[in-house]
Amino acid sequence: MSKVIVEVNNLSKQYRLGQFGTGSLSHDLNRFWHKVRGKEDPYLKVTETNVRDSKEQSSYVWALKDVSFQLREGEVMGVVGTNGAGKSTLLKLLSRITSPTTGSIKMKGRISSLLEVGTGFHPELTGRENIYLNGAILGMTRKEISQKLDEIVDFSGCENYVDTPVKRYSSGMVVRLGFAVAAHLESEILVVDEVLAVGDQAFQKKCVGKMKDISRGGRAVLFVSHNLSSVSNLCESGILLESGELKFKGNIKETVGHYLSNKSFENQLTYDLTRYEEREGTGDMQFAELSFLKNGELSKSVCIGDDLGLRIKIRSKKEINFRMAIHLYKYDETLLSNIENGDSNFELEAFRGERVFEVTFKDFNLYPSTYKIGLWIGDAISGQHIDMLRFCGQFEVEDGSTKVNRPLPLSSGVIYYQPEWEIK
Amino acid sequence: MSDLTSHTDTTMNDWDIILTPKRKLLSFNIRELLRFKDLIMLFVKRDFISIYKQTILGPLWIILQPLLTSITLTVVFGMIAGIKTGAPTILFMLAGVTVWSYFADCVTKTSDTFIANQNIFGKVYFPRLVVPLSIVITNFIKFLIQLVLFIMVYVLYVTLWDTNTGVQLTWQLSLLPVIIIIMAGLGLGFGLIISSLTTKYRDLRFLIQFGISLAMYASPIVYPLSKVPEKYQWLMVLNPMTSVIETFKYGFFGPYAKGDPDTPIAIFEWWHLAYSAGFAMAVLFLGIVLFNRIEKSFMDTI
Repeated sequence: MSKVIVEVNNLSKQYRLGQFGTGSLSHDLNRFWHKVRGKEDPYLKVTETNVRDSKEQSSYVWALKDVSFQLREGEVMGVVGTNGAGKSTLLKLLSRITSPTTGSIKMKGRISSLLEVGTGFHPELTGRENIYLNGAILGMTRKEISQKLDEIVDFSGCENYVDTPVKRYSSGMVVRLGFAVAAHLESEILVVDEVLAVGDQAFQKKCVGKMKDISRGGRAVLFVSHNLSSVSNLCESGILLESGELKFKGNIKETVGHYLSNKSFENQLTYDLTRYEEREGTGDMQFAELSFLKNGELSKSVCIGDDLGLRIKIRSKKEINFRMAIHLYKYDETLLSNIENGDSNFELEAFRGERVFEVTFKDFNLYPSTYKIGLWIGDAISGQHIDMLRFCGQFEVEDGSTKVNRPLPLSSGVIYYQPEWEIK
Repeated sequence: MSDLTSHTDTTMNDWDIILTPKRKLLSFNIRELLRFKDLIMLFVKRDFISIYKQTILGPLWIILQPLLTSITLTVVFGMIAGIKTGAPTILFMLAGVTVWSYFADCVTKTSDTFIANQNIFGKVYFPRLVVPLSIVITNFIKFLIQLVLFIMVYVLYVTLWDTNTGVQLTWQLSLLPVIIIIMAGLGLGFGLIISSLTTKYRDLRFLIQFGISLAMYASPIVYPLSKVPEKYQWLMVLNPMTSVIETFKYGFFGPYAKGDPDTPIAIFEWWHLAYSAGFAMAVLFLGIVLFNRIEKSFMDTI
């Protein structure tokens, strides 16, 4: 077993919400008064977790709460979670930008954080001068940078521009130069935020390759990204954060799996939509229920080749001519398709009361993953929202279809085609 | 900043960095700061290059600033108000301006540390003290250039313009390094305190902007200390910059105008200087303590 080089113990971080400045002096004085009398900080007692949807009573919130994990030599760990789950806070704490409220972090060796590429680049300085400046900011000495200067310039692919002020660079070149410097850091621990999202495909590949080299060299990498395929590609282990708490730790496949299934709601056989809160529209008609069918039977999941059915119950208070649409999303909430009744030449007529519709996708052909559904009813002519539910249900496409004759890796594609092949 | 404390884990006890919410009052890590000495110098270089790039006169501004200020002060206070300084007025003003601007620049630039650098500070860690130190060094280089300017003007004036000024160099001139260290300490110390407080209470920024220009008139720059009625002089001496400026002038001009002991140019007292040195040390200590406390979590409040 390799050595533990990062140990995080019961790490918590509290932030204050709302407007600063108003009342902070009075809070400071109150804190001071408590401290003088040897009492606990009165504002640290808040126990709410970071749930953005619910209105907080208190103006203090835990961005991170009791998180503990270890990172070993040569390990590449991915951090996954929705926006606001505490990923950035964790990185900030690890890279010492801010300090924990409670708990501790222990590290062995040097740590470099890459929360942004090209931190401290000065537009008036040349590429070469900026390499030195940026390298020094990231913790390299002048000597180290001089030794690696050629390598860095080479990696960035900006040879012809090293003596040009950076303000004349394209944004892509700035990013490349910035990453080139960071990639040549010699620290034992590297913390990387979603910096690879910028830069073109070829450069991204280069970066991922470099990060793999780094981990092979016995150094540890902590990597945060929303791009689940690059996380799964790059990391072996992972942790899942949710509302500031550590929900899962294990190998990356399991972590991503947990992330996908945990996201916002559990898979259900039937979703009661009457209690759905974030709906838009006039409300004259409302979605009441949604359930998923596999080959005509209620089910939370289907396989490629099955018939996927959506059973949708609608209640109407008024007779309105309407249109209906189903929005199909990937797990990361990218819209895959917007399906309207008119597309299938299906006529809807105005009604009052309750009606159930069944929409069937024959021979379903999406890759194994989690998918989400949004529903919409609008006025037939004006298109005005009558009832719109952005994400109101999700289902699983599972591996193990008899129609597929090889294992399909998670999220390596979306649509499964079986075209006809022939030799001409 | 890291604490090198021993850890009682059974398997390992050699952590390099331990981050906890609590920190000692003066967990001031010189070793870490030294590791970043290259960064300090690179910041100095950056500041010099970036300030004067795309200006027509470039670094010439460094000498134009005190020169133009002194000429203005000479016209206003020497000629219009008619303050008798005992020494050639232009030299007297230039001496005061040169010394004062080093202190003032140190304070104002350092006090902006957190706000001006929040983009960098929010993305990467390095000892935050690197920035104020680089500011003090940048301004020191500027000061040296201005000091050379002052000496040139001084020599030209005394040898060519008016050979009968009666100003004389005194041995107190050898205290120049001491004066510079005291000034740097005061500038850095005040700057650190203000920068630490401005992260939370922004009003201080405005206060310091005009406060420093007001403080100039509370220091013996446009007038000699001896012009202040004797019973109020102690008030002036409470200002730690007073003895610094007076000693500087004493070194270059001597105690009083030629053959006229009733017109003193500058006053030199050991205990004045000792007071300033003590004050500088206290301010610097307080500044570093405050700065250390703030730098850990200022990103949450800024």
